Amino acid sequence: MASLIEFIQSRWDNLLEAALVHATYIVSVVVVAIVIGVGSGILVRNKPLAREIVLGVFAVFLTIPSLGLFVMLVPIVGLGFWAPFVALCMYALLPIARNTVAGLAGVDPAVVESARGMGLTNRERLFRIQLPLAWPVILTGVRVAALLTAGIAAIATLVNGGGLGDFIKSGLARLGAPNSAESMWVGTLAIIVLALAFDAVFIVIKKATTSAGIR
Amino acid sequence: MTETLIKLDDVTKTYPGTDVPAVANLNLEINRGEILVLVGPSGCGKSTTLRLINRMIEPSSGRIMFDGDDVTHVNADELRRRMGYVIQQIGLFPHRTIAENISTVPKLLGWDKQRTAERVDELLETVGMEPGIYRDRYPKELSGGQAQRVGVARALGADPEVLLMDEPFGAIDPITRDRLQNEFLRLQDELKKTIVFVTHDIDEAIKMGDRIAILREQSVIAQHDTPEAILAGPADKFVEDFLGSGATLKGLNLLRASEVELDDVTTVRAPTSRHEVMQAIEAASSPWILYLDESGAPKRWLDRRSLDEVNSIDQAGKEVRVTVEPEDTLRDALEKMLQSAVGTACVVDPTGAYRGVVRVETLVEIIDRLQREEQARQEAR
Repeated sequence: MASLIEFIQSRWDNLLEAALVHATYIVSVVVVAIVIGVGSGILVRNKPLAREIVLGVFAVFLTIPSLGLFVMLVPIVGLGFWAPFVALCMYALLPIARNTVAGLAGVDPAVVESARGMGLTNRERLFRIQLPLAWPVILTGVRVAALLTAGIAAIATLVNGGGLGDFIKSGLARLGAPNSAESMWVGTLAIIVLALAFDAVFIVIKKATTSAGIR
Repeated sequence: MTETLIKLDDVTKTYPGTDVPAVANLNLEINRGEILVLVGPSGCGKSTTLRLINRMIEPSSGRIMFDGDDVTHVNADELRRRMGYVIQQIGLFPHRTIAENISTVPKLLGWDKQRTAERVDELLETVGMEPGIYRDRYPKELSGGQAQRVGVARALGADPEVLLMDEPFGAIDPITRDRLQNEFLRLQDELKKTIVFVTHDIDEAIKMGDRIAILREQSVIAQHDTPEAILAGPADKFVEDFLGSGATLKGLNLLRASEVELDDVTTVRAPTSRHEVMQAIEAASSPWILYLDESGAPKRWLDRRSLDEVNSIDQAGKEVRVTVEPEDTLRDALEKMLQSAVGTACVVDPTGAYRGVVRVETLVEIIDRLQREEQARQEAR
Protein backbone atom coordinates (compact mmCIF):
# COMPACT_ATOMS: atom_id res chain seq x y z
CA MET A 1 0.00 0.00 0.00
CA ALA A 2 2.78 2.37 0.95
CA SER A 3 4.60 1.55 -2.28
CA LEU A 4 1.39 2.32 -4.21
CA ILE A 5 1.16 5.81 -2.71
CA GLU A 6 4.85 6.35 -3.34
CA PHE A 7 4.39 5.27 -6.95
CA ILE A 8 1.44 7.66 -7.42
CA GLN A 9 3.43 10.53 -5.93
CA SER A 10 6.43 9.92 -8.17
CA ARG A 11 4.31 9.60 -11.36
CA TRP A 12 1.63 12.19 -10.50
CA ASP A 13 2.17 14.31 -13.63
CA ASN A 14 2.16 11.27 -15.94
CA LEU A 15 -0.94 9.95 -14.20
CA LEU A 16 -2.82 13.24 -14.66
CA GLU A 17 -1.83 13.43 -18.30
CA ALA A 18 -2.96 9.84 -18.96
CA ALA A 19 -6.22 10.44 -17.09
CA LEU A 20 -6.84 13.53 -19.20
CA VAL A 21 -6.36 11.54 -22.42
CA HIS A 22 -8.64 8.84 -21.04
CA ALA A 23 -11.30 11.42 -20.17
CA THR A 24 -10.92 12.94 -23.64
CA TYR A 25 -11.79 9.54 -25.13
CA ILE A 26 -14.88 9.26 -22.96
CA VAL A 27 -16.19 12.77 -23.62
CA SER A 28 -15.51 12.83 -27.37
CA VAL A 29 -16.81 9.30 -27.93
CA VAL A 30 -19.98 9.97 -25.95
CA VAL A 31 -20.66 13.22 -27.83
CA VAL A 32 -20.24 11.59 -31.24
CA ALA A 33 -22.21 8.50 -30.19
CA ILE A 34 -25.07 10.68 -28.90
CA VAL A 35 -25.31 12.49 -32.23
CA ILE A 36 -25.25 9.28 -34.29
CA GLY A 37 -27.05 7.02 -31.78
CA VAL A 38 -29.90 9.38 -30.86
CA GLY A 39 -30.16 10.57 -34.46
CA SER A 40 -30.49 7.05 -35.86
CA GLY A 41 -32.83 6.08 -33.02
CA ILE A 42 -35.14 8.95 -34.00
CA LEU A 43 -34.96 8.12 -37.70
CA VAL A 44 -35.87 4.43 -37.32
CA ARG A 45 -38.33 4.69 -34.42
CA ASN A 46 -41.42 4.16 -36.57
CA LYS A 47 -39.89 1.79 -39.10
CA PRO A 48 -39.70 -1.75 -37.66
CA LEU A 49 -37.48 -3.19 -40.39
CA ALA A 50 -34.98 -0.31 -40.40
CA ARG A 51 -34.97 -0.38 -36.60
CA GLU A 52 -34.05 -4.07 -36.48
CA ILE A 53 -31.33 -3.59 -39.10
CA VAL A 54 -29.74 -0.55 -37.43
CA LEU A 55 -29.85 -2.00 -33.91
CA GLY A 56 -28.62 -5.33 -35.33
CA VAL A 57 -25.61 -3.68 -36.97
CA PHE A 58 -24.79 -1.76 -33.77
CA ALA A 59 -25.06 -5.02 -31.82
CA VAL A 60 -22.64 -6.71 -34.22
CA PHE A 61 -20.17 -3.84 -33.63
CA LEU A 62 -20.26 -4.62 -29.95
CA THR A 63 -19.43 -8.28 -30.52
CA ILE A 64 -16.20 -7.54 -32.45
CA PRO A 65 -13.30 -8.17 -30.05
CA SER A 66 -11.88 -4.78 -29.17
CA LEU A 67 -8.23 -5.65 -29.70
CA GLY A 68 -8.97 -6.97 -33.17
CA LEU A 69 -11.06 -3.92 -34.08
CA PHE A 70 -8.37 -1.50 -32.92
CA VAL A 71 -5.74 -3.27 -35.00
CA MET A 72 -8.05 -3.50 -38.03
CA LEU A 73 -8.56 0.26 -37.94
CA VAL A 74 -4.85 1.12 -37.75
CA PRO A 75 -4.21 0.66 -41.52
CA ILE A 76 -7.13 3.02 -42.21
CA VAL A 77 -6.60 5.82 -39.70
CA GLY A 78 -3.07 5.13 -38.46
CA LEU A 79 -1.62 4.73 -34.98
CA GLY A 80 -2.55 7.03 -32.09
CA PHE A 81 -5.85 8.59 -31.09
CA TRP A 82 -8.08 7.91 -34.09
CA ALA A 83 -8.17 4.10 -34.24
CA PRO A 84 -9.36 3.71 -30.63
CA PHE A 85 -11.68 6.70 -31.03
CA VAL A 86 -13.51 5.20 -34.02
CA ALA A 87 -13.70 1.76 -32.38
CA LEU A 88 -15.02 3.16 -29.11
CA CYS A 89 -17.67 5.18 -30.98
CA MET A 90 -18.84 1.97 -32.67
CA TYR A 91 -19.19 0.28 -29.27
CA ALA A 92 -21.02 3.21 -27.70
CA LEU A 93 -23.72 3.34 -30.39
CA LEU A 94 -25.78 0.34 -29.28
CA PRO A 95 -26.70 1.39 -25.71
CA ILE A 96 -27.54 4.94 -26.83
CA ALA A 97 -29.51 4.02 -29.96
CA ARG A 98 -31.33 1.17 -28.23
CA ASN A 99 -32.35 3.36 -25.30
CA THR A 100 -33.45 6.14 -27.65
CA VAL A 101 -35.76 3.72 -29.46
CA ALA A 102 -37.02 2.25 -26.17
CA GLY A 103 -37.48 5.67 -24.58
CA LEU A 104 -39.46 7.04 -27.52
CA ALA A 105 -41.57 3.87 -27.69
CA GLY A 106 -42.30 4.23 -23.99
CA VAL A 107 -43.96 7.64 -24.35
CA ASP A 108 -47.70 7.32 -23.61
CA PRO A 109 -49.49 7.26 -27.01
CA ALA A 110 -52.33 9.35 -25.51
CA VAL A 111 -49.86 12.17 -24.82
CA VAL A 112 -48.62 12.13 -28.40
CA GLU A 113 -52.18 11.88 -29.70
CA SER A 114 -53.37 14.87 -27.68
CA ALA A 115 -50.31 16.87 -28.82
CA ARG A 116 -51.17 16.08 -32.40
CA GLY A 117 -54.79 17.00 -31.81
CA MET A 118 -53.74 20.41 -30.53
CA GLY A 119 -51.82 21.12 -33.71
CA LEU A 120 -48.19 20.47 -32.76
CA THR A 121 -46.25 19.66 -35.92
CA ASN A 122 -44.19 16.47 -36.23
CA ARG A 123 -41.04 18.38 -35.29
CA GLU A 124 -42.70 20.15 -32.34
CA ARG A 125 -44.05 16.86 -31.03
CA LEU A 126 -40.60 15.26 -31.27
CA PHE A 127 -38.63 18.04 -29.61
CA ARG A 128 -41.16 19.35 -27.09
CA ILE A 129 -42.94 16.16 -26.08
CA GLN A 130 -41.34 12.89 -27.13
CA LEU A 131 -37.63 13.56 -26.59
CA PRO A 132 -38.09 15.30 -23.20
CA LEU A 133 -40.22 12.37 -22.02
CA ALA A 134 -37.76 9.78 -23.38
CA TRP A 135 -34.79 11.73 -22.00
CA PRO A 136 -34.27 9.83 -18.70
CA VAL A 137 -34.11 6.54 -20.62
CA ILE A 138 -31.79 7.98 -23.29
CA LEU A 139 -29.53 9.40 -20.60
CA THR A 140 -29.30 5.98 -18.96
CA GLY A 141 -28.06 4.62 -22.29
CA VAL A 142 -25.49 7.41 -22.50
CA ARG A 143 -24.31 6.56 -19.01
CA VAL A 144 -23.82 2.90 -19.93
CA ALA A 145 -21.95 4.00 -23.06
CA ALA A 146 -19.65 6.23 -20.97
CA LEU A 147 -18.80 3.41 -18.55
CA LEU A 148 -18.25 1.00 -21.43
CA THR A 149 -15.90 3.51 -23.06
CA ALA A 150 -13.97 4.09 -19.84
CA GLY A 151 -13.25 0.36 -19.58
CA ILE A 152 -12.42 -0.44 -23.20
CA ALA A 153 -10.31 2.74 -23.65
CA ALA A 154 -7.68 0.96 -21.54
CA ILE A 155 -6.65 -0.96 -24.68
CA ALA A 156 -6.00 2.24 -26.67
CA THR A 157 -2.45 2.06 -25.43
CA LEU A 158 -1.80 -1.01 -27.64
CA VAL A 159 -2.09 1.16 -30.76
CA ASN A 160 -0.24 4.08 -29.17
CA GLY A 161 -3.49 5.75 -28.26
CA GLY A 162 -2.39 6.75 -24.75
CA GLY A 163 -4.70 6.93 -21.75
CA LEU A 164 -4.56 5.16 -18.41
CA GLY A 165 -3.94 1.87 -20.21
CA ASP A 166 -0.33 3.07 -20.56
CA PHE A 167 0.22 2.26 -16.88
CA ILE A 168 -1.25 -1.22 -17.23
CA LYS A 169 0.75 -1.95 -20.38
CA SER A 170 4.03 -0.73 -18.89
CA GLY A 171 3.47 -2.80 -15.79
CA LEU A 172 2.59 -5.84 -17.86
CA ALA A 173 5.72 -5.40 -20.02
CA ARG A 174 7.97 -5.31 -16.97
CA LEU A 175 6.15 -8.00 -15.00
CA GLY A 176 8.19 -8.97 -11.95
CA ALA A 177 10.39 -5.87 -12.13
CA PRO A 178 10.20 -3.20 -9.38
CA ASN A 179 6.99 -1.11 -9.52
CA SER A 180 5.43 -3.27 -12.26
CA ALA A 181 2.57 -4.44 -10.05
CA GLU A 182 2.09 -0.89 -8.71
CA SER A 183 1.87 0.46 -12.24
CA MET A 184 -0.86 -2.02 -13.22
CA TRP A 185 -2.78 -1.37 -10.02
CA VAL A 186 -2.65 2.40 -10.39
CA GLY A 187 -3.78 2.24 -14.02
CA THR A 188 -6.69 -0.03 -13.16
CA LEU A 189 -7.78 1.89 -10.07
CA ALA A 190 -7.54 5.22 -11.88
CA ILE A 191 -9.89 3.94 -14.61
CA ILE A 192 -12.37 2.86 -11.95
CA VAL A 193 -12.15 6.22 -10.20
CA LEU A 194 -12.58 8.04 -13.50
CA ALA A 195 -15.59 5.90 -14.39
CA LEU A 196 -17.19 6.56 -11.01
CA ALA A 197 -16.55 10.28 -11.43
CA PHE A 198 -18.33 10.25 -14.80
CA ASP A 199 -21.18 8.28 -13.26
CA ALA A 200 -21.53 10.94 -10.58
CA VAL A 201 -21.61 13.64 -13.26
CA PHE A 202 -24.41 11.77 -15.05
CA ILE A 203 -26.45 11.58 -11.88
CA VAL A 204 -26.16 15.35 -11.53
CA ILE A 205 -26.99 15.90 -15.21
CA LYS A 206 -30.02 13.63 -14.94
CA LYS A 207 -31.31 15.51 -11.93
CA ALA A 208 -30.77 18.88 -13.57
CA THR A 209 -32.27 18.04 -16.96
CA THR A 210 -35.27 15.88 -16.05
CA SER A 211 -38.58 17.65 -15.44
CA ALA A 212 -39.86 17.41 -11.88
CA GLY A 213 -43.09 16.11 -13.40
CA ILE A 214 -41.55 12.82 -14.50
CA ARG A 215 -39.01 12.25 -11.74
CA MET B 1 -81.67 31.00 -36.44
CA THR B 2 -79.27 28.10 -36.63
CA GLU B 3 -76.19 28.35 -38.73
CA THR B 4 -74.01 25.49 -39.90
CA LEU B 5 -70.44 25.86 -38.65
CA ILE B 6 -69.00 22.50 -39.66
CA LYS B 7 -70.13 20.42 -42.56
CA LEU B 8 -68.95 16.99 -43.63
CA ASP B 9 -69.81 16.66 -47.28
CA ASP B 10 -69.96 13.09 -48.62
CA VAL B 11 -66.90 12.09 -46.60
CA THR B 12 -65.51 8.57 -47.01
CA LYS B 13 -62.53 7.04 -45.24
CA THR B 14 -61.09 3.78 -46.49
CA TYR B 15 -57.95 2.56 -44.77
CA PRO B 16 -55.18 1.30 -47.05
CA GLY B 17 -55.34 -2.44 -47.53
CA THR B 18 -59.08 -2.71 -46.85
CA ASP B 19 -62.02 -2.71 -49.22
CA VAL B 20 -64.72 -1.80 -46.74
CA PRO B 21 -64.73 1.89 -45.84
CA ALA B 22 -64.61 2.75 -42.11
CA VAL B 23 -66.79 5.76 -42.86
CA ALA B 24 -68.96 5.71 -45.96
CA ASN B 25 -70.44 8.77 -47.69
CA LEU B 26 -71.09 10.67 -44.49
CA ASN B 27 -73.02 13.92 -44.60
CA LEU B 28 -73.19 15.75 -41.29
CA GLU B 29 -73.94 19.34 -40.37
CA ILE B 30 -73.01 20.80 -37.02
CA ASN B 31 -74.67 24.03 -35.96
CA ARG B 32 -72.86 26.91 -34.33
CA GLY B 33 -73.20 26.79 -30.55
CA GLU B 34 -74.73 23.33 -30.24
CA ILE B 35 -73.56 20.16 -28.55
CA LEU B 36 -73.84 17.42 -31.13
CA VAL B 37 -73.38 13.96 -29.65
CA LEU B 38 -72.18 11.13 -31.86
CA VAL B 39 -73.35 7.91 -30.27
CA GLY B 40 -73.34 4.33 -31.43
CA PRO B 41 -72.12 0.83 -30.66
CA SER B 42 -68.37 0.24 -30.54
CA GLY B 43 -66.78 -0.01 -33.93
CA CYS B 44 -69.44 2.10 -35.65
CA GLY B 45 -66.86 4.70 -36.63
CA LYS B 46 -67.91 7.51 -34.29
CA SER B 47 -64.35 8.25 -33.14
CA THR B 48 -63.15 8.05 -36.72
CA THR B 49 -65.84 10.55 -37.67
CA LEU B 50 -64.72 12.93 -34.92
CA ARG B 51 -61.10 12.64 -36.03
CA LEU B 52 -62.04 13.36 -39.62
CA ILE B 53 -63.27 16.80 -38.54
CA ASN B 54 -59.82 18.00 -37.45
CA ARG B 55 -58.13 15.72 -39.97
CA MET B 56 -56.34 13.56 -37.42
CA ILE B 57 -57.57 11.07 -40.01
CA GLU B 58 -57.44 12.32 -43.58
CA PRO B 59 -60.60 11.60 -45.59
CA SER B 60 -60.19 9.44 -48.69
CA SER B 61 -62.81 11.51 -50.47
CA GLY B 62 -65.36 14.20 -49.76
CA ARG B 63 -65.06 17.69 -48.34
CA ILE B 64 -64.84 19.21 -44.86
CA MET B 65 -66.26 22.72 -44.57
CA PHE B 66 -65.48 24.89 -41.54
CA ASP B 67 -67.02 28.32 -41.12
CA GLY B 68 -67.76 28.52 -44.83
CA ASP B 69 -64.25 27.52 -45.94
CA ASP B 70 -63.20 24.26 -47.51
CA VAL B 71 -60.56 22.98 -45.07
CA THR B 72 -60.05 19.59 -46.71
CA HIS B 73 -56.60 20.57 -47.94
CA VAL B 74 -55.40 23.43 -45.72
CA ASN B 75 -52.50 22.87 -43.29
CA ALA B 76 -53.87 20.31 -40.84
CA ASP B 77 -51.77 21.51 -37.87
CA GLU B 78 -53.11 25.04 -38.24
CA LEU B 79 -56.65 23.72 -38.54
CA ARG B 80 -56.24 21.75 -35.29
CA ARG B 81 -55.13 24.86 -33.42
CA ARG B 82 -58.57 26.30 -34.14
CA MET B 83 -60.35 23.28 -32.62
CA GLY B 84 -59.98 22.16 -29.00
CA TYR B 85 -59.46 18.41 -28.63
CA VAL B 86 -60.17 16.31 -25.57
CA ILE B 87 -59.69 12.54 -25.39
CA GLN B 88 -60.67 9.94 -22.83
CA GLN B 89 -57.09 9.36 -21.65
CA ILE B 90 -56.66 13.17 -21.47
CA GLY B 91 -52.97 12.96 -22.42
CA LEU B 92 -51.69 15.85 -20.32
CA PHE B 93 -47.97 16.43 -20.86
CA PRO B 94 -46.45 14.89 -17.70
CA HIS B 95 -43.21 16.90 -17.94
CA ARG B 96 -45.02 20.23 -18.14
CA THR B 97 -46.77 22.09 -15.33
CA ILE B 98 -50.52 22.65 -15.42
CA ALA B 99 -49.95 26.24 -16.60
CA GLU B 100 -47.60 25.07 -19.36
CA ASN B 101 -50.09 22.43 -20.44
CA ILE B 102 -52.90 24.95 -20.72
CA SER B 103 -50.74 27.47 -22.58
CA THR B 104 -49.71 24.95 -25.26
CA VAL B 105 -51.82 26.33 -28.09
CA PRO B 106 -51.51 30.04 -27.07
CA LYS B 107 -47.72 29.55 -27.24
CA LEU B 108 -47.95 27.91 -30.66
CA LEU B 109 -49.99 30.90 -31.80
CA GLY B 110 -47.35 33.29 -30.46
CA TRP B 111 -49.31 34.95 -27.66
CA ASP B 112 -47.15 37.12 -25.39
CA LYS B 113 -46.31 36.00 -21.84
CA GLN B 114 -48.66 38.36 -20.04
CA ARG B 115 -51.70 37.47 -22.13
CA THR B 116 -50.92 33.74 -21.87
CA ALA B 117 -50.50 33.87 -18.08
CA GLU B 118 -53.78 35.76 -17.67
CA ARG B 119 -55.54 33.28 -19.91
CA VAL B 120 -54.20 30.32 -17.89
CA ASP B 121 -55.51 31.76 -14.62
CA GLU B 122 -58.84 32.63 -16.20
CA LEU B 123 -59.25 29.09 -17.53
CA LEU B 124 -58.27 27.44 -14.25
CA GLU B 125 -60.94 29.51 -12.53
CA THR B 126 -63.42 28.62 -15.25
CA VAL B 127 -62.99 24.91 -14.54
CA GLY B 128 -63.15 25.51 -10.80
CA MET B 129 -59.48 25.11 -9.87
CA GLU B 130 -57.66 27.69 -7.75
CA PRO B 131 -54.84 29.08 -10.01
CA GLY B 132 -52.57 29.85 -7.04
CA ILE B 133 -52.68 26.20 -5.97
CA TYR B 134 -52.62 24.37 -9.28
CA ARG B 135 -50.74 26.61 -11.74
CA ASP B 136 -47.28 25.21 -10.96
CA ARG B 137 -48.23 21.63 -10.18
CA TYR B 138 -47.52 18.68 -12.43
CA PRO B 139 -50.18 16.36 -13.89
CA LYS B 140 -49.09 13.45 -11.66
CA GLU B 141 -50.28 15.45 -8.65
CA LEU B 142 -53.88 15.62 -9.91
CA SER B 143 -56.83 13.28 -9.35
CA GLY B 144 -58.63 11.85 -12.37
CA GLY B 145 -61.38 14.46 -12.18
CA GLN B 146 -58.93 17.33 -11.81
CA ALA B 147 -56.85 16.06 -14.73
CA GLN B 148 -59.97 15.96 -16.89
CA ARG B 149 -60.80 19.56 -15.88
CA VAL B 150 -57.28 20.62 -16.89
CA GLY B 151 -57.74 18.69 -20.13
CA VAL B 152 -60.83 20.77 -20.89
CA ALA B 153 -59.04 23.99 -19.87
CA ARG B 154 -56.14 23.09 -22.16
CA ALA B 155 -58.51 22.44 -25.05
CA LEU B 156 -60.05 25.87 -24.45
CA GLY B 157 -56.55 27.43 -24.32
CA ALA B 158 -56.70 29.78 -27.26
CA ASP B 159 -60.49 30.16 -27.08
CA PRO B 160 -61.28 27.94 -30.09
CA GLU B 161 -64.78 28.07 -31.49
CA VAL B 162 -65.02 24.29 -31.64
CA LEU B 163 -64.41 21.56 -29.09
CA LEU B 164 -64.00 17.96 -30.18
CA MET B 165 -64.47 15.54 -27.30
CA ASP B 166 -63.87 11.80 -27.60
CA GLU B 167 -65.51 10.02 -24.64
CA PRO B 168 -64.10 12.73 -22.36
CA PHE B 169 -65.69 11.38 -19.18
CA GLY B 170 -65.47 7.69 -20.10
CA ALA B 171 -62.67 6.69 -17.73
CA ILE B 172 -63.96 8.47 -14.64
CA ASP B 173 -65.93 7.04 -11.72
CA PRO B 174 -69.72 7.55 -11.95
CA ILE B 175 -70.04 10.16 -9.21
CA THR B 176 -67.19 12.32 -10.49
CA ARG B 177 -68.42 11.85 -14.05
CA ASP B 178 -71.84 13.11 -13.07
CA ARG B 179 -70.29 16.19 -11.44
CA LEU B 180 -68.04 16.86 -14.46
CA GLN B 181 -71.00 16.57 -16.81
CA ASN B 182 -72.92 19.13 -14.75
CA GLU B 183 -69.94 21.47 -14.61
CA PHE B 184 -69.46 21.14 -18.31
CA LEU B 185 -73.09 21.95 -19.06
CA ARG B 186 -72.84 25.06 -16.84
CA LEU B 187 -69.65 26.03 -18.63
CA GLN B 188 -71.27 25.60 -22.01
CA ASP B 189 -74.14 27.86 -20.96
CA GLU B 190 -71.57 30.66 -20.69
CA LEU B 191 -69.19 29.72 -23.49
CA LYS B 192 -71.63 28.68 -26.22
CA LYS B 193 -68.97 26.68 -28.03
CA THR B 194 -69.72 24.36 -30.89
CA ILE B 195 -69.09 20.90 -29.49
CA VAL B 196 -68.90 17.49 -31.07
CA PHE B 197 -69.07 14.89 -28.33
CA VAL B 198 -68.50 11.16 -28.83
CA THR B 199 -69.88 8.60 -26.39
CA HIS B 200 -71.14 5.03 -26.42
CA ASP B 201 -73.47 5.76 -23.51
CA ILE B 202 -77.00 6.68 -24.62
CA ASP B 203 -77.83 8.15 -21.20
CA GLU B 204 -74.86 10.50 -21.45
CA ALA B 205 -75.87 11.36 -25.01
CA ILE B 206 -79.39 12.31 -23.92
CA LYS B 207 -78.09 14.36 -21.02
CA MET B 208 -75.37 16.24 -22.91
CA GLY B 209 -76.73 16.59 -26.43
CA ASP B 210 -78.69 19.43 -27.99
CA ARG B 211 -78.87 17.06 -30.89
CA ILE B 212 -77.81 13.44 -31.19
CA ALA B 213 -76.59 11.53 -34.20
CA ILE B 214 -77.01 7.79 -33.69
CA LEU B 215 -74.52 5.97 -35.89
CA ARG B 216 -74.42 2.40 -37.10
CA GLU B 217 -71.57 0.59 -38.91
CA GLN B 218 -69.48 2.73 -41.26
CA SER B 219 -70.82 5.84 -39.55
CA VAL B 220 -74.13 5.64 -41.37
CA ILE B 221 -76.47 7.99 -39.55
CA ALA B 222 -79.46 6.03 -38.27
CA GLN B 223 -81.14 9.11 -36.80
CA HIS B 224 -80.06 12.71 -36.28
CA ASP B 225 -82.37 14.79 -34.13
CA THR B 226 -83.01 16.25 -30.70
CA PRO B 227 -83.03 13.78 -27.79
CA GLU B 228 -86.73 14.42 -27.26
CA ALA B 229 -87.58 13.61 -30.87
CA ILE B 230 -85.42 10.49 -30.90
CA LEU B 231 -87.00 9.14 -27.70
CA ALA B 232 -90.47 10.01 -28.93
CA GLY B 233 -90.02 8.46 -32.34
CA PRO B 234 -87.10 6.12 -32.96
CA ALA B 235 -86.51 6.05 -36.70
CA ASP B 236 -86.11 2.30 -37.01
CA LYS B 237 -85.47 -1.00 -35.24
CA PHE B 238 -81.75 -0.25 -34.89
CA VAL B 239 -82.38 2.99 -33.00
CA GLU B 240 -85.06 1.33 -30.89
CA ASP B 241 -82.67 -1.48 -29.94
CA PHE B 242 -79.90 0.98 -29.23
CA LEU B 243 -82.12 3.04 -26.95
CA GLY B 244 -82.84 -0.23 -25.20
CA SER B 245 -85.67 -1.07 -22.88
CA GLY B 246 -87.04 1.35 -20.35
CA ALA B 247 -87.83 4.27 -22.61
CA THR B 248 -89.62 5.80 -19.63
CA LEU B 249 -86.43 5.76 -17.61
CA LYS B 250 -84.60 7.27 -20.57
CA GLY B 251 -87.24 9.98 -20.56
CA LEU B 252 -86.10 10.93 -17.07
CA ASN B 253 -82.82 11.93 -18.73
CA LEU B 254 -84.62 14.70 -20.57
CA LEU B 255 -85.80 16.49 -17.45
CA ARG B 256 -83.40 18.36 -15.24
CA ALA B 257 -83.69 18.87 -11.52
CA SER B 258 -83.93 22.59 -12.16
CA GLU B 259 -87.11 22.03 -14.20
CA VAL B 260 -89.22 20.27 -11.58
CA GLU B 261 -90.97 21.94 -8.70
CA LEU B 262 -88.88 21.42 -5.59
CA ASP B 263 -90.42 20.56 -2.27
CA ASP B 264 -89.36 22.13 0.96
CA VAL B 265 -88.46 20.47 4.23
CA THR B 266 -87.90 22.06 7.60
CA THR B 267 -84.25 23.01 7.99
CA VAL B 268 -82.06 24.11 10.84
CA ARG B 269 -78.79 25.85 10.19
CA ALA B 270 -75.58 25.64 12.20
CA PRO B 271 -74.71 27.00 14.67
CA THR B 272 -77.75 25.84 16.53
CA SER B 273 -78.62 24.23 19.84
CA ARG B 274 -80.08 20.88 20.71
CA HIS B 275 -83.11 22.67 22.06
CA GLU B 276 -83.75 24.56 18.82
CA VAL B 277 -83.43 21.36 16.84
CA MET B 278 -85.95 19.58 19.08
CA GLN B 279 -88.39 22.46 18.67
CA ALA B 280 -87.97 22.37 14.89
CA ILE B 281 -88.61 18.62 14.83
CA GLU B 282 -91.76 19.04 16.95
CA ALA B 283 -93.06 21.73 14.64
CA ALA B 284 -92.15 19.94 11.38
CA SER B 285 -94.76 18.27 9.21
CA SER B 286 -92.43 15.41 8.25
CA PRO B 287 -90.53 13.06 10.55
CA TRP B 288 -87.13 14.15 9.17
CA ILE B 289 -85.67 17.63 9.17
CA LEU B 290 -82.51 18.74 7.42
CA TYR B 291 -79.49 20.07 9.24
CA LEU B 292 -77.39 22.58 7.23
CA ASP B 293 -73.84 23.66 8.00
CA GLU B 294 -72.76 27.32 8.29
CA SER B 295 -72.43 27.69 4.52
CA GLY B 296 -75.95 26.36 3.98
CA ALA B 297 -74.88 22.98 2.60
CA PRO B 298 -77.07 20.02 3.65
CA LYS B 299 -75.24 17.88 6.22
CA ARG B 300 -77.52 15.47 8.08
CA TRP B 301 -81.09 14.22 8.26
CA LEU B 302 -82.40 14.44 11.85
CA ASP B 303 -85.48 12.93 13.51
CA ARG B 304 -86.72 12.76 17.06
CA ARG B 305 -84.91 9.55 17.90
CA SER B 306 -81.55 10.51 16.46
CA LEU B 307 -80.87 13.17 19.07
CA ASP B 308 -81.45 10.74 21.92
CA GLU B 309 -78.67 8.45 20.74
CA VAL B 310 -75.74 10.86 20.58
CA ASN B 311 -74.76 14.13 22.17
CA SER B 312 -73.43 16.06 19.17
CA ILE B 313 -75.74 17.19 16.40
CA ASP B 314 -72.83 16.69 14.00
CA GLN B 315 -73.04 12.94 14.57
CA ALA B 316 -76.77 12.54 14.97
CA GLY B 317 -79.19 11.13 12.43
CA LYS B 318 -78.17 10.16 8.92
CA GLU B 319 -75.49 11.76 6.81
CA VAL B 320 -76.41 13.42 3.49
CA ARG B 321 -73.97 11.58 1.26
CA VAL B 322 -74.97 12.69 -2.21
CA THR B 323 -76.67 15.83 -3.44
CA VAL B 324 -78.37 16.70 -6.72
CA GLU B 325 -77.23 19.68 -8.79
CA PRO B 326 -79.61 21.71 -10.98
CA GLU B 327 -78.01 20.26 -14.14
CA ASP B 328 -78.56 16.70 -12.98
CA THR B 329 -81.20 14.82 -14.88
CA LEU B 330 -84.10 13.27 -13.02
CA ARG B 331 -82.51 9.93 -13.73
CA ASP B 332 -79.40 11.06 -11.84
CA ALA B 333 -81.74 12.30 -9.09
CA LEU B 334 -83.48 8.94 -8.94
CA GLU B 335 -80.19 7.12 -8.52
CA LYS B 336 -79.13 9.49 -5.77
CA MET B 337 -82.51 9.16 -4.09
CA LEU B 338 -82.04 5.41 -3.91
CA GLN B 339 -78.71 6.01 -2.15
CA SER B 340 -80.28 8.46 0.28
CA ALA B 341 -81.13 7.30 3.76
CA VAL B 342 -84.57 8.90 3.73
CA GLY B 343 -85.66 8.44 0.11
CA THR B 344 -85.42 12.12 -0.62
CA ALA B 345 -82.76 13.85 -2.71
CA CYS B 346 -81.37 17.23 -1.64
CA VAL B 347 -80.97 19.71 -4.48
CA VAL B 348 -78.11 22.18 -4.07
CA ASP B 349 -76.96 25.14 -6.16
CA PRO B 350 -73.46 25.17 -7.73
CA THR B 351 -71.95 26.53 -4.51
CA GLY B 352 -73.36 23.56 -2.60
CA ALA B 353 -76.07 25.50 -0.74
CA TYR B 354 -79.47 23.89 -0.10
CA ARG B 355 -82.26 24.79 -2.53
CA GLY B 356 -84.96 22.19 -1.92
CA VAL B 357 -85.68 18.50 -2.17
CA VAL B 358 -87.06 16.09 -4.75
CA ARG B 359 -89.30 13.45 -3.19
CA VAL B 360 -89.93 9.96 -4.49
CA GLU B 361 -93.59 10.90 -4.86
CA THR B 362 -92.70 13.69 -7.29
CA LEU B 363 -90.71 11.28 -9.46
CA VAL B 364 -93.48 8.68 -9.36
CA GLU B 365 -95.90 11.29 -10.70
CA ILE B 366 -93.54 12.21 -13.50
CA ILE B 367 -92.87 8.56 -14.38
CA ASP B 368 -96.63 8.01 -14.42
CA ARG B 369 -97.07 10.88 -16.83
CA LEU B 370 -94.23 9.69 -19.08
CA GLN B 371 -95.73 6.21 -19.18
CA ARG B 372 -99.15 7.54 -20.17
CA GLU B 373 -97.51 9.60 -22.93
CA GLU B 374 -95.58 6.56 -24.09
CA GLN B 375 -98.75 4.47 -24.20
CA ALA B 376 -100.59 7.18 -26.09
CA ARG B 377 -97.78 7.23 -28.66
CA GLN B 378 -97.84 3.48 -29.12
CA GLU B 379 -101.62 3.47 -29.57
CA ALA B 380 -101.36 6.26 -32.09
CA ARG B 381 -98.82 4.29 -34.14
